[in-house]
Parts: sequence; structure tokens; C-alpha cells
Amino acid sequence: MIDLLLHYASGLLLLLGCFFMLTGAVGVLRFPDFYSRMHAAGVTDTLATFLIISGLMLTAGWSLALFKLALIMLFIFFTSPTASHALARSAQLSDLRLAQVSAEENLDEALQAQSSTAQDSELSTEAEITDGTRA
Amino acid sequence: MRYTFCLFAVLAFIWLTNSGHYTPLILTFGLASILFVILIARRMKVVDQDSLPLQLWTTLPGYYIWLLRKIIASNLEVAACVWDGLFSGSFSQTKSASISPCSERIPTSLRSDLGKVLYANSITLTPGTVAIDIDSDSVLVHALTCNGLEELKQGEMEQRIFILTEKNTTSNLPAGQDKQC
Repeated sequence: MIDLLLHYASGLLLLLGCFFMLTGAVGVLRFPDFYSRMHAAGVTDTLATFLIISGLMLTAGWSLALFKLALIMLFIFFTSPTASHALARSAQLSDLRLAQVSAEENLDEALQAQSSTAQDSELSTEAEITDGTRA
Repeated sequence: MRYTFCLFAVLAFIWLTNSGHYTPLILTFGLASILFVILIARRMKVVDQDSLPLQLWTTLPGYYIWLLRKIIASNLEVAACVWDGLFSGSFSQTKSASISPCSERIPTSLRSDLGKVLYANSITLTPGTVAIDIDSDSVLVHALTCNGLEELKQGEMEQRIFILTEKNTTSNLPAGQDKQC
């Protein structure tokens, strides 16, 4: 009985995790510029990983694998902010530097840029992402 | 010396959970490698309060549980932004309607390095906000929606970290010494 329950619970968690992974991927494709795409990638880093590893932990039961999964989760939670910070910082130090403006001005600017050079920024964002990961 | 013992305990735990082989020979190798790592860490002078914040031993888990709730909530918000208007209306309109990316320098009153690291790390860990740059008294934050930025500016997270780290620094030594690792 309890086995069956654990089985279904872990299946549900894995399914939810997959859904959030997909959400992150769709967000990376849909969002307009580099920085907002990074937020979408954050979904896969945190909640999706958490759900999938929790699901696997329920399947593993009380064994060595449980502790290993817990360690994996811990390490991911410590390293993923570092990685996204490095990505953001390398963007900040390059062409995609954020201007020091207030929120409203920034929004206006973003809207203008989006309407005029949507195609261009798309291309340069792609290039920046590959650069960032290499750095 | 306390920090060395705690580092030993942490490393031994990691080694034991990752090994799975408990014959005397392998255990000896494990012990040797742990001692080697401690030797290197001591030579690098990184075995101190910043790398092993033992004074947070009791309070940090509570903070992380609060942060986990925060992470789940903001994850759902970002997911809503992603799926918002995907199946209705044209692309270009819905994109600008659901999200409003903005960035701002948020002043912070945290002074200790540990507090700042925790703060920036927590900001980046919650999807929707990323800490890009940090200097002596402010954090440059980029947010997916202006609401997220406003919420951060209200400073609940900062307050919690302030209670966690800076309060302890004043009463650190007397409170920290009787605690065991």
C-alpha cells in the first residue's frame, strides 16, 4: 500500500518537474531579451530540479542513493546562482550592459528597442549567450 | 581548531555517502584524502568563519525553509508569465503585456561579507530577480516584472538576513563557543 502511494507520489513529482523544465525552455524561447531569458532559465535551475530530485528521492527510499541525491540538490542550489551571476556579469561587462536608468525609462527604452530592432537584438542575444557560457 | 574539526566532519560525511565501500583499506584511503584536503585548506587559510559559518547552524535552516517557499511562489509567477497568452492573441503584443523587465540599484544596509553573499545569492536563487553587481552599499538587481522589484525593495528578505548575520556578529563569540558542530 505505502509502496504504491510512494510510487504515484514520485511519478507526480517527476511529471511536475518535467512540466517546469518545459516551462523554462519555452520561456527561454519566448522572452524578448537576454536578461529576461535568464529568469526563465532560473525556473529550470530551481523548482524543476527540486521537484525531479524529490521524486527520485521517493523512489530511492532509505539508501545511500538518497544521501547522494540530497548532496546533488545541495550542490545545484549553491552553484546555480553562481553560474547565473557569472552569466549576468559577463553580459554586464559587454555590449548588453544595463543602463543606469529607473524602471519606467527602462521600460520605455525596451519597448522602443523591441519595436525598432527586434531582429537585431535577437541575433546579438543569441551570440551573447554562447559567449557567456564559454566564458 | 573548531573549524578544522567541523571541516573534517563535513568532508567525512561527504566521503562516506559517496563511497559505499567500507573495507578497512578503502576507509584508510578516505581518511588520508580527507586529511590531505584539510592540510591544503589550512595552508590556503580558508578554514575560518566565512567558509564555515557555524554560528548560523541553528538559524540557517529556518531561513532556507522560508526561502524555499519564496522560490516556489516566484517560480509559479514566472511560469505564469511564460504561459500567459501563448495560445491566444499575437506574439508581439502578449510579450510586452505579461512581463516588464527592469533593473535598479537597491540600497542595502548589510555590512558583513557573509550577509551580502547570502542576500545576493538569495536574490539570484529566486527566479524573476537576478543580482548582477554588488558594491559597498547597494545591489544591482534585474527583475522580470516591476512587481518583483517592488517586493524586493520592501526589504523582508534583507531584514531576515540582517537578523541572521549581523545580530550574531555582535554577540558572536560568547554564543558561538558553547555550540557544538
